[in-house]
Amino acid sequence: MKQPLDQFAATLPAEKHASVYQSSKAAHEKRTRILFDQFADPNRLRAIAGEIKQHVIENLDTYLPQVEAKLQANGAQVHWAATADDACAEVLRIMQARGATKIVKSKTMVSEEIELESYLEQRGIESLETDLGEFIIQIDHDHPSHIVRPITHKNRREIARSFEREGLGAYNDDPQTITRRAREFLRKKYLAADVGLTGANFISIESGRLVIVTNEGNSRFCLAATKCHIALVGIEKLIPRDRDLGLLLNLLARSATGQQLTVYTEFISGPKSAEQPDGPEEMHVIFVDNGRTDVLATECRDILRCIRCGACLNVCPVYRQASGHAYRSVYPGPVGAVLSPLLAGKKFPALADLPKASSLCGACNEVCPVNIPIPDLLLRLREKGKREHAPLASVGSPPMGAWSIIASQPAAWKAALIGGKLINYLPTKMLPVAALRAWETKRTLPAWRGGEFRKWLKQRTDRNRTPNVPSAIGSAGPSRAETGARPTQGG
Amino acid sequence: MLKLALARLKAVEGAEPILFMSSREQILSRVRSALAPLGKRAALPDWEPELVVLREARPTDSWTLFAERFRAVNGTPLTAATELTDFLARNNYLHGYCDPALFPTLRSAFSSRFTIETEFDRSRIDDYQFGITAAVGAIAETGTLILSDSATSRRLGALAPWVHVATIRRAQIFPDIPAAIAAMPADPNIIWCTGPSKTADVEGILIEGVHGPGVQVALLLA
Repeated sequence: MKQPLDQFAATLPAEKHASVYQSSKAAHEKRTRILFDQFADPNRLRAIAGEIKQHVIENLDTYLPQVEAKLQANGAQVHWAATADDACAEVLRIMQARGATKIVKSKTMVSEEIELESYLEQRGIESLETDLGEFIIQIDHDHPSHIVRPITHKNRREIARSFEREGLGAYNDDPQTITRRAREFLRKKYLAADVGLTGANFISIESGRLVIVTNEGNSRFCLAATKCHIALVGIEKLIPRDRDLGLLLNLLARSATGQQLTVYTEFISGPKSAEQPDGPEEMHVIFVDNGRTDVLATECRDILRCIRCGACLNVCPVYRQASGHAYRSVYPGPVGAVLSPLLAGKKFPALADLPKASSLCGACNEVCPVNIPIPDLLLRLREKGKREHAPLASVGSPPMGAWSIIASQPAAWKAALIGGKLINYLPTKMLPVAALRAWETKRTLPAWRGGEFRKWLKQRTDRNRTPNVPSAIGSAGPSRAETGARPTQGG
Repeated sequence: MLKLALARLKAVEGAEPILFMSSREQILSRVRSALAPLGKRAALPDWEPELVVLREARPTDSWTLFAERFRAVNGTPLTAATELTDFLARNNYLHGYCDPALFPTLRSAFSSRFTIETEFDRSRIDDYQFGITAAVGAIAETGTLILSDSATSRRLGALAPWVHVATIRRAQIFPDIPAAIAAMPADPNIIWCTGPSKTADVEGILIEGVHGPGVQVALLLA
């Protein structure tokens, strides 16, 4: 149990494990039901959605300037941020230009990536999460453990204690009461805020519409109460045509929460209209790279199709056991095992174990609404880890170094085959490792028969060389004899 | 001398061009070099709207189908102004906001028990138990109401009160999502509302009325 993810899973309290396991299982079952009950061929939807997103990421060079022009024509201001720091600085700059000091945030994974909250707080900006789960994460100084259900690792009692500590009323662990208290508290904050910050699930290149989905309506409230809208958008979020949203929205809601549609699906294409009293007069879109172009340059670029639905987390047997925090990064689960090490850039070695934390069962690929071949990408990253000699990429791997030295030296191989006979005299009852002793009680170690194959092959070759005996393998005989002498085939 | 300096600058640019570029140029140049080695780029597939239209049999009347689906997402479909006022009075929702353009149509249904404001005052949003605004459309298949900046008088009026009443006309109901997208108006703020605001963040238990309305009503006007 040396792999970091295994170690984390082993220390996970039973209560947390149960809540992660059950909520993931329930979400996966809901997803399957609604997709297969309602569509004749959901897999065809997934395949087409995957092709659409693959087309986009392979044509970002043309599409990014196009969507920029469209957004500007719609009255939005477009900014670009190559790094996490650039993105944070851009948000601050926009706020300072307006003299803004308070920001309300709807859920965005990009803001987690760039650690916007602490950046703004250090510079005197009051930043508040409004998604109920993210709000609880914020008051607990915790991190989300799931892309869609950020507090899936917490139970109502923990939340009630946090609310009590924060002065949001006496201890009460009724989910209804918790929600009402958050409602009362947060609506005052929306109205007092200067800026509303959102992410975007999609941006249509055709119309420049930003699509934002929430069930709680918090992003709608951000965009009804404040006068300035800032959207943080990963450069891969583009989709070619409005009509493609018909496919992607259908898949997103079903894959994420088992809903036909998310409650609030917002199509935002600019500042509020002149006749509307509520809402932002200014709209800023910040396109964030933060490692995405590096991913685009690799053979793992398919991962940029991801629409952050969390279906691969819910179905993953490893995620269900380990929970999201085991992945030590913003994106957990199978998608995170691919995306997080790639986005880490130079820090790849620190996350090089994640691609190994998978049984390669392929369930993540089967549920993915954009059909990302996650197991293939995991294998590519395992190879990258080995190639770059990242120590974490080898944790838990059998030590093959010694074997490869022996196997490539015929003399060493022969000696090893003979020396191996010693294992027959091994006192297995007294093995130094408890796990091996336990194994021995149920099974018998087979006798070492090293060299038998080579002996057999040699006899066979000698027989074939005798002219009286017809050759079974004809002219291949001698060449087989040659290969037979190669150490890797011996034993 | 100047030539030499320029040549040096060029050499540095060649080595570390990133230093001299804006974020925009950096990103676009990285995208271009990442995609350069690709031979053929993935093509954009075409697909038929029927692919995402649900397969089961449906009522032919658009309102009937909408009402059925709207109920399935915990919405309350109503077909007459008096039905609305009965519903509000029964639940003791007596103070609300109404879009000034809709008020003349609905005024006669409200008894003197009600306090209706046609101005929405954001300094006292909790005074409004309900908000009545117009929808710009609806989607029958999903039970979705469509709001917009031009049709919906106040974003806050349709969001902050506990009850949101959206008025809708039969002719505005689209059969499915592809039809609604194809006819999407040029409005900076199109909102699809599919039921009341909700969360399942706490232990997966469904709670309605998180930030937005806990009760979503659709009122058929004609």
